[in-house]
Amino acid sequence: MTLKLTATLAALILATPAHADADAWQETLAAARGQTVYWNAWGGDQRTNAFIDWVGSETERRFDVKVRQVKLSNTAEAVTRVLSERAAGRDSDGTVDLVWLNGPNFLAMQEQGLLHGPFVADLPNAAYLDLSPTSPNSVDFTVPVEGFESPWRLARFVFNYDTARVDTPPSDMLGFRDWAAAHPGRFTHPDPSDFMGATFLKQALIELTPDPDLLQAPVTEQAFANATAPFWDWYDALRPNLWRGGTVFPENESVQQQLLNDGEIDMAMSFDPASTAAAINEGLLPETVRVFVPEGGSIGNVSFVAIPYNAANAEGAEVVANFLLDPATQAHMQNIEVLGSFSVLDPARLDQTARDAFDALPTAPALPSLADLGPTLLEPHASWMTRLTEAWARRYTR
Amino acid sequence: MKQTFQSGAGLRAAVLIALAGGLILPIGAGLWQTGRAAFGVFPAIGATAFTLEPWAMLLDLPGLDAALQLSLFTGLTATGLSLALAVAVCATLHQRLPRGAAARLLSPFLAVPHAAMAIGLAFVLAPSGWIARALALPFGWDRPPDLATVNDPWGIALIVGLMVKEVPFLLLVILSAQSQIPTRLHMAAARSLGYGRRLAWLKIILPQVWPLIRLPVLVVLAYSVSVVDMAMILGPSTPPTLAVVLTRLFSDPDLARILPGSAGGLVQLVLAGVAMGLLIAAERLIRVGGQLWIRRGGRGTALDPLLGVASIAALILSVTGVLAMLSIAVWSLAWRWTWPMLLPESWSVKAWATPRTGWADAMGNTLAIAICATGLCLTLAIAWLESEDRARMERARWAEGIIYLPLLIPQVSFLFGMNVLFYRLGLSGRFSAVVWAQSLFVFPYVMIALSDPWRARDKRLDRSAASLGAGPWRLLFRVKLPVLLAPILTAAAIGIAVSVAQYLPTLFMGAGRIATLTTEAVTLSSSSDRRVVGVYATLQAALPFLGYVLAFLLPALLHHNRRDLLGEIRT
Repeated sequence: MTLKLTATLAALILATPAHADADAWQETLAAARGQTVYWNAWGGDQRTNAFIDWVGSETERRFDVKVRQVKLSNTAEAVTRVLSERAAGRDSDGTVDLVWLNGPNFLAMQEQGLLHGPFVADLPNAAYLDLSPTSPNSVDFTVPVEGFESPWRLARFVFNYDTARVDTPPSDMLGFRDWAAAHPGRFTHPDPSDFMGATFLKQALIELTPDPDLLQAPVTEQAFANATAPFWDWYDALRPNLWRGGTVFPENESVQQQLLNDGEIDMAMSFDPASTAAAINEGLLPETVRVFVPEGGSIGNVSFVAIPYNAANAEGAEVVANFLLDPATQAHMQNIEVLGSFSVLDPARLDQTARDAFDALPTAPALPSLADLGPTLLEPHASWMTRLTEAWARRYTR
Repeated sequence: MKQTFQSGAGLRAAVLIALAGGLILPIGAGLWQTGRAAFGVFPAIGATAFTLEPWAMLLDLPGLDAALQLSLFTGLTATGLSLALAVAVCATLHQRLPRGAAARLLSPFLAVPHAAMAIGLAFVLAPSGWIARALALPFGWDRPPDLATVNDPWGIALIVGLMVKEVPFLLLVILSAQSQIPTRLHMAAARSLGYGRRLAWLKIILPQVWPLIRLPVLVVLAYSVSVVDMAMILGPSTPPTLAVVLTRLFSDPDLARILPGSAGGLVQLVLAGVAMGLLIAAERLIRVGGQLWIRRGGRGTALDPLLGVASIAALILSVTGVLAMLSIAVWSLAWRWTWPMLLPESWSVKAWATPRTGWADAMGNTLAIAICATGLCLTLAIAWLESEDRARMERARWAEGIIYLPLLIPQVSFLFGMNVLFYRLGLSGRFSAVVWAQSLFVFPYVMIALSDPWRARDKRLDRSAASLGAGPWRLLFRVKLPVLLAPILTAAAIGIAVSVAQYLPTLFMGAGRIATLTTEAVTLSSSSDRRVVGVYATLQAALPFLGYVLAFLLPALLHHNRRDLLGEIRT
């Protein structure tokens, strides 16, 4: 089976689609030759680091483009770095070539004019993407990306729980309040200053707010007061029953996963449905942990890469961004033994060989199917997240 | 004579220029940038008008009061308790603990970088950690207790963590200061007057030692008040200490937060100043009270039980530290390890064996930077001390101040601004920039380690050599340096340990491109793979430890037949 898969992948790699701007792309490839792309990406996940390492070895072999991962503990570090460079007047030859971005960091860079582009439409493999204005590939936290960010992996918010300790996990956010009341100290969420902690709060806000459509527009004081009132009631009831009385929160999802492994809590959360199966495989979680999603569905978004305006190796970065969208790369990425992240490509635009490659991927007991995950809820506008975490800090920081 | 003075002046001028350009200028420029941004001037994000807005934003931050109190409380308590324990241990053990043996015992604690120690301690102390797991079986706990034994709101775990690192440091500082004074003679005199062993040390030796250790104590205090990595891992989080609040502001996606962060950088500066002021005020009080106490001439042993308790506390602290280091090593060899297992359920060398963890690269960088920075700083320190000798000058107070400046100013107060300067010079991301930035923090420690032994060396040797016709250079290379081999190597080992542990300077000046064991370990400590973190933390501790081992072995080998050159206490 592995052999067959490898053969399919090899066939896919050779079948690069014809493109109108083939000449322009040839020029990019030529300029990229010999470049080393400094890819700034959150370094807290070994599997992602290993995948980026693999990407680098492939692009070096095929396009003579090396990839060096700059491991960040917070993506904002890269934003700050580009900003410092502009402060110093270094408008070319910058040190950041490619960044793995998310909503607020993208918004910050876009507003400051720190991004190169638009470049996504020039990538040959963009042909496999649904780039219509309402597609998740075209908006990042409701902000149109306008070709300044290229998608590379799909993210879905999921919970996981230890079946050895929990019989029935909560079925919605109100259920979490009741479960925590019955099992005080056995549940928590990452600190809301962290992306995952903020996502937990947003998931609850979407479920509890009277009019979810309001969240799609930039936040106003009036809208915020109205939309969050039931949310705060819920959270005030939940918090005292959290781990350590809701006075301390794990720094991020990974630290929370460690707490689950340590038996300090019974449930955790992730933005990657495959992470639980992967962690079990890696010896990082007990074999009894399983994934679950609230009945009404959960927040989902697309992870992007972007190129700073002053990147020294912008052509190389484009080559890497394009390679990430190669169907063979995406199938390799979706393999649970590699990364397990769902592909961003539109299945309707793939040919039969590519679809077979996806169908042939292995599975695992703790890996949910797409159907298990239920509907995808839209991210609120990025300003809601900022406002919500700020209000949370104001209410609950001593 | 005239020639000696002139070459001394030349050397001195060269040292001063190197210090001014390499040390004061970047710090000054960094502070200037921070100060401008604190008042709203940071052109890079379009802020150009002088305004007090950043201060309003800073004051408006939730939990700022608590963060300030927490920083001051943890910093002062950790420093005060560390000093008290170190003094108590010295008073109790000073005779049974020759400096060489003590240094051998203490160097593992000194070698482990703060971040690595914090990672290990977090596992040992946590409600699901080693201590709790050992208790779980006899007490029949099926779940860890829901107690905040780390990240507690009072910062107790942070204080413990700082103490595990600072007590051995202060102990060694005291022992090395003690070797500068005729301890045995004074002790013998005091004992013959009927003072107990511990009391004699407290009344006779400590007052002589204190002026020699005051600056290291202030450095410990400034560090404890503004520590970032340890506070992130062991300290409370809502709110954290001020330095952590500021680090978060500097890395906030909302770039405008750099402005209140800069204002906070100035507050951190003042906070460190306040803490030092309190320590100096306490010193004055104790001096008055202490003189009365000593003059009263009591031979009593009322203090003895207290000193005993303190020594036991120090022992518990060191056992905890050993467990922390051990836990790091065990984790690096674990595969699956869940509550309530005391040891891993399955073992693996995968964390060491997989090239993707890339520890070889990081280790190479760490070693190269440490050797360059330490070599540079050691050369500069020796040049400085030698120039003082030749010019026959006592060190001016301002000069003393300059040396210790980088350690007394909190890193968060000037590193962000300094980074902008390095970008302008086109140095950012270069190996040399990292060496430079680390040297700011390595140099003072090397000076601290080397100054006192240098000045306390037997100057009769200089005079003998000079009377036999040796010129200043011959005197330096044939007499001073060989005689001072042990303290020089100790200074080098300390320099390497300081260099290996540097996080913020490496990260900023290396533009994230130069990965060291520390930058990788801190980044990975925000992940759940304790096994990989264990590999980096183990290496992080092993590298400086190796430096210390060499610093002890080399003089012992080279000077095995010269008792007085082994760095033992002279009488």
